[in-house]
Amino acid sequence: MAGSGTAHMRNTVDAVLTVRDLTVEFRVAKDKIVKAVSGLSFDVIKGETLAIVGESGCGKTTLARAVLQLPPPNSGEVVFDGTDLTLLPKENLRSARTSMQMIFQDPISSLDPRMTVHQLIDEPLEIWDRGNRAERDERINNLLNNVGLEPELVLNRRSYEFSGGQCQRISIARALALDPRMLICDEPVSALDVSIQAQILNLLQDMKDRFGLTMVFISHDLAVVKAVSNRVMVMYLGKICEVAPPEVLYAKPAHHYTKALLNSVPIADPTRQRKTELLQGEPPSPMNPPSGCRFRTRCAAASALCAEQEPQLREVSPGQFVACHHPVA
Amino acid sequence: MSSLLSIKQMSINFDTPRGSLEAVRGVDIEIPAGMSVGVVGESGSGKTVMCRAAMGLLQGSNVKRSGTVVFDGHELTSMTKEQVRDLFGSGMAMIFQDPMTALNPVRRIGSQLSEGLRVRLGMSKADALARSKELLELVRIPNAAAVLKSFPYQLSGGMRQRVMIAIAIACNPKLLFADEPTTALDVTVQAQILQLLRELREDLKMSMVLVTHDLGVVAGNTDYVAVMYAGEVVEYAPTTKLFADMRMPYTEALLESIPKIDHKSGTRLSMIAGRLPDPTDRGSGCSFAPRCKYAQEKCHKEHPELKKDPDGHLYRCWFPIGEAK
Repeated sequence: MAGSGTAHMRNTVDAVLTVRDLTVEFRVAKDKIVKAVSGLSFDVIKGETLAIVGESGCGKTTLARAVLQLPPPNSGEVVFDGTDLTLLPKENLRSARTSMQMIFQDPISSLDPRMTVHQLIDEPLEIWDRGNRAERDERINNLLNNVGLEPELVLNRRSYEFSGGQCQRISIARALALDPRMLICDEPVSALDVSIQAQILNLLQDMKDRFGLTMVFISHDLAVVKAVSNRVMVMYLGKICEVAPPEVLYAKPAHHYTKALLNSVPIADPTRQRKTELLQGEPPSPMNPPSGCRFRTRCAAASALCAEQEPQLREVSPGQFVACHHPVA
Repeated sequence: MSSLLSIKQMSINFDTPRGSLEAVRGVDIEIPAGMSVGVVGESGSGKTVMCRAAMGLLQGSNVKRSGTVVFDGHELTSMTKEQVRDLFGSGMAMIFQDPMTALNPVRRIGSQLSEGLRVRLGMSKADALARSKELLELVRIPNAAAVLKSFPYQLSGGMRQRVMIAIAIACNPKLLFADEPTTALDVTVQAQILQLLRELREDLKMSMVLVTHDLGVVAGNTDYVAVMYAGEVVEYAPTTKLFADMRMPYTEALLESIPKIDHKSGTRLSMIAGRLPDPTDRGSGCSFAPRCKYAQEKCHKEHPELKKDPDGHLYRCWFPIGEAK
C-alpha cells in the first residue's frame, strides 16, 4: 500500500513541523540507489506526539534524520517554526537545531564513555553559552532531578557505570538541556527491558507535559506507541500506509499492513492466542521497490490494480487516512 | 513425567573486585521431556547465567558453582569440559540473542552450518552441504542455495536468526536453549520466529528452554514458566495456571508493565519503580521487597522460602496474591 498523497495534511498555523514531499535516496553503487524515503509529507502540531511505526528498513530513522538535516534530504521541504531548514545556511541551521533534539535507540553507545554525567549535560549548555558556571550547575541539577536521577550520586560517574534505563534518563536530560521545542525519539525503549520501558515512556510523557514539548516518536512496536501518541503514521518502504488517531487505528485498522503489525504483537495471555495468519517474509529491497503499491508483494488483498497504480492517501473515517485500493472493511 | 534436564540447588558465584557476586542462588528447575519451559525476568536476574551453567559453559577460575545438573542421565557437574562438549549438537544446543555477533562474520553461511554436521555426524563435505541446504529450507529461508554462499552481513536480522536456528537443530538436539531469541528483532519477525520454533519443536520432538524478559512471548510458546528475580526462581507453574492465578507480586508487576494494544491511549503505564538489588549484597529479606507494593515489615527482614500449593504451583513470597494480607 504504501502510497503518496497529501490528504492527511492539516495545513494549520499551529504546525510546529511540516514536511512536504521529502525524498531521501542513497547511491550505494554505480547504478544502485536505495530509495529510503519517497515523496513523504506529514505535519506535527504544537503539543502533539506523532508516532512513526514500521519494520526495520522502512525509512523511519532516515526520515527523522532528514528532518534534522543529518544528512539533508535529496528533495522536499522541512519547515520548522516557519523556517525551511533545507534552505538555511550551515550556521543558522546549527542554531535552529538547538530547539529540536533527538534521543537514540542505544542509550549506552550514544553517550561518550569518557565524559562524566556532569560533562555530558554541561556540553550543550557550554557550547551555547547558557549562563555562568553556577547557573549551569544549577540547571544540570534541575535536569537530573527532572529525569529521576540523584545529582550528587550520578554527576561524577560515567555512562558505563549505569544500566540502559539510567543511560536513557541521562540522554533525556541532555536532550532537554537547551529547552527544545521538539523532541525526536528514535526507538527510545526498544533496547530496554519491559519493566524499564514503562518507566521511560512515563518519563517522556511527563517531560512533554511539563515543558510543553512536541514529539516525534519512532518505534516498530504498535503496543509501545499506543500509550504515548496522539497520531500514528504507519510507514512501509519509504511511503505512508495509514495515518490516524490511535483509538481509531487500533480499533479499526484500514490498512492491511497496519492490521498485520497489530497481529504480530504478542498477547500476554495463554488463553487468548491468535489463530490469524502471520505476515510472512520480509520487506523487499528498497533498491528496487515494487511498482504501484509497495506493500502488494506481501498483501493478501492485492489485485492487478495494486501493481499498476499507486494508491493515494484518502480519508476513510474522520481523521483516518489510508493509502490502499482495497482497505480493510 | 520424566525430566530431560534436572537442575538441583544450583548456585553460581563470580569473584569480582567488589566481592563475590551471587548470580544464581539455589535454583531448582525440571525440564520435562518434550516440553517448553519459559524463564522470565529482567536483565540481571540470572536467566542467562543459569542457562549457560546448565550447559556446563561456565568453567572459569573465577566461577564458583554448586548444585547438580542432570541432563538425559548424565551428571554434567562431574564431567570434564570435553565430555560435556560431546553432548552439544545432538544433546543440547543454544541460540543467542544477537544473531549478528553469534555468527562468524568472515565465514560463509554454508561453511558455518555444515561444520557441526561434519564434526558431530561425520558427514562428507558434499553431504553436509546438501543437508545444510535442506536445513535452511526447514527454517523457511527462501533461496537456500544462494544463502549457503552468503556472508552473515548480507542477511537481515531475522534471516540470521533463522540460520542460527538451523545450526542449532542440525544434529537433532533433544533440548534447545533459546536465550532471548527475538529480543533484537522487529515484532513482525519475532512473530515469525516464534511460530517457526513452535513448529520445529513439534516436528523434531524437541524440548526447549525459552529465556525472555517479555511475559507476552512466554504466553503462547511455553508449557511451564519459571520467573526469576535476583538470581532466584520466585514462581514456577504451568503457563496457563501462572497467567490465570499468579501468586507472586513480582510476576504481576511484570505483566502489568507490558505495553498492551488494548491499553487506553494517553494514560500512564504501570511500572515497577527502582531496579534489581546489587548482586554483591543481597540483603536478608525478600529481594523484591524494596520494589513491592504489598511489602510489609516481615518482607524486609526475613527471606521467604519457596512454598508449594497442592497443585504444584511454586512461589517465594510471605504474602502471596490471593491470600488474606
